[in-house]
Amino acid sequence: MSVDTSFKFDKDYVSKFSSERQEPSWLAELRLQALEQAQSLPMPKPEKTKIDNWNFTEFKHEVSGNKQVAFHELPEAIRELIGKEEEAGSVLVIRNGAVAYHSVTEELKDKGVIFTDFATAVREHGDLVRNYFMKDAVHVDEHRLTALHAALVSSGAFVYVPKNVEVDIPIQAIYFNDDGETGIFNHVLIVTEDNSSVTYVENYLSTNDESPSVANIVSEVFAGAGAKVIYGAVDNFAKGMTTYVNRRGRAARDGRIEWALGQLNDGNTISDNTTHLVGDGSYTDKKTVSIGRGDQKQNFVAHAIHYGKHSESYILTHGVMKDTASSIFNGIAKIEHGATKSNGEQTERVLMLSEKARGDANPILLIDEDDVTAGHAASVGTIDPIQLFYLMSRGISKTEAERLIIHGFLAPVVGEIPLESVKSRLIEVIERKVK
Amino acid sequence: MSTPNLKIEDLHVAIDDKEIIKGLSFEINGGEIHAVMGPNGTGKSTLSAALMGHPKYEVTGGKAFFNGEDLLEMDVDERAKAGLFLAMQYPSEVSGITNADFLRSAINAKREEGDEISLMKFIRELDKKMEVLEMDSSFAHRYLNEGFSGGEKKRNEILQLMMLEPKIAILDEIDSGLDIDALKIVAKGVNEMRSPDFGCLIITHYQRLLNYIKPDKVHVMMQGRIVKSGGPELAERLEAEGYDWIKEELGIEDETVGQEA
Repeated sequence: MSVDTSFKFDKDYVSKFSSERQEPSWLAELRLQALEQAQSLPMPKPEKTKIDNWNFTEFKHEVSGNKQVAFHELPEAIRELIGKEEEAGSVLVIRNGAVAYHSVTEELKDKGVIFTDFATAVREHGDLVRNYFMKDAVHVDEHRLTALHAALVSSGAFVYVPKNVEVDIPIQAIYFNDDGETGIFNHVLIVTEDNSSVTYVENYLSTNDESPSVANIVSEVFAGAGAKVIYGAVDNFAKGMTTYVNRRGRAARDGRIEWALGQLNDGNTISDNTTHLVGDGSYTDKKTVSIGRGDQKQNFVAHAIHYGKHSESYILTHGVMKDTASSIFNGIAKIEHGATKSNGEQTERVLMLSEKARGDANPILLIDEDDVTAGHAASVGTIDPIQLFYLMSRGISKTEAERLIIHGFLAPVVGEIPLESVKSRLIEVIERKVK
Repeated sequence: MSTPNLKIEDLHVAIDDKEIIKGLSFEINGGEIHAVMGPNGTGKSTLSAALMGHPKYEVTGGKAFFNGEDLLEMDVDERAKAGLFLAMQYPSEVSGITNADFLRSAINAKREEGDEISLMKFIRELDKKMEVLEMDSSFAHRYLNEGFSGGEKKRNEILQLMMLEPKIAILDEIDSGLDIDALKIVAKGVNEMRSPDFGCLIITHYQRLLNYIKPDKVHVMMQGRIVKSGGPELAERLEAEGYDWIKEELGIEDETVGQEA
């Protein structure tokens, strides 16, 4: 396999990019080192998905977005996601790589919460970012794409919640590309100190159905002792976008990380969502829905690694496959030696709407400790023709009956998602995708 | 509005290439209630499923007309929209869709776009009909038939019947597995529907449902055909004497078709 990424971007380009953004030297150095590593590191090898001929090279890296605008000047599609300006709370909108809108409530500022875009964060909170950025959660040298990410990261968000601070209203980020070609190199870093809590919701959108581009996204989430992070995401990139997205969490003692992910891209996607349950009594919950359509290929990993005693993980994945789409769903609960009394549960269900689609559900339990509980369930099935007959016998058209069955199939996940905004956004996108 | 009419001529139905209905004819009009009786395995449920368009049953011959239109040419949902209804013996369970949402989708499917039933009116109607059927209001918000007991499913079928107000309904063994109180409630629901604009075909083994829903005509099915028709007195005689006298009269030894054992 030769994926040629060597390289539109050389040392000069990366140095210049970094210095223009007035980044601290540690980051400039990290970028250059990562660039070098990217040339020798292999591509990731997602289980059962061949990515040899996926586009990871064709994209524009220069940021084309350039100005902040008033709320009412944002595109309507974006305003709809945010809701009413006065009720929206803290919001960050990044359009084509640059901040288009940013507001943080006074309450958050008073409490010492930081919520800002990535570029600003490295300038203004460099030391804090440095402590966490690609060190303990995602490593630069995992493979070529993580290294490229570090070398080329251009945008994203930084959230910092001090000790004992509870952020009641969800903070929202919207990453939106509508120039057709700008790649998304987004880094989201969420750091919560002990006994704090925050809910973060992100929406990814793009309009490049025709033109090829690349999204290379890394999120790192740190839940301090007794802290709680709820992370909601709706990925909805257009067909032209090839996506690598890695959302990883680390939970300290009694820390909780809850993921609610709507994986609804239209392009080829590799998604890895891993949580390290480091502390005793730590907890993670991953609820994901996904729909594959057209000829897209996707590979999803939901992974929980238990190190702490009494740690718990719950993975619930429901996927719907249409047309000639192909998706692999890997659910992995790994319980390390010493993580006694831990519990890992997972369920993966796939509904096939077409004979030509492919959906694999692979639940995997890897257990190196005797004193634990774990369980898994997986199924791949088609729409039951008798169910369809029943609904149609009440006058409901075949299309509508299928729509109801699909909604019904996804409802156990969508219904459980703790965030109303994510829920309604999901329902809306699902509606569009299953049509 | 013309009187509803369902007319079947020399119908043949097969499942997995095995013929079950072997030339069956009958006609029902609005305002009439017919009962189709017969022992197990004589093709009663096949008849009802085939008329509704069940995917597993293949009509291999004959004709069926619903209000003069070729029923067999219609898709399942078109049959329902035309006003045919089948209360099923074993209704499907559909997870994730509430009973109320399902019913509202079904009602709106029959209406023009822009003329959907208002939520208030829908709730009012639903409450009223659930009260007749003595169903707890929580059933509206439970997933469609999921985890319902046999009796609850049957009541739910009648609730759909009442909400959708079809022109001709086929009730396929709606009485099986019901205790006498539930039977009375189900019968009450069906009787509320009685009008010149509503015809009903009741398929049953037993006469007891017919004590509560008086049929105008009774047909006996054997070997995939209607072998005898009469008035309500026929049902009473069957209840008292069983089916043997008919078999004797007609010289039938084995009344079933497609029996497995």
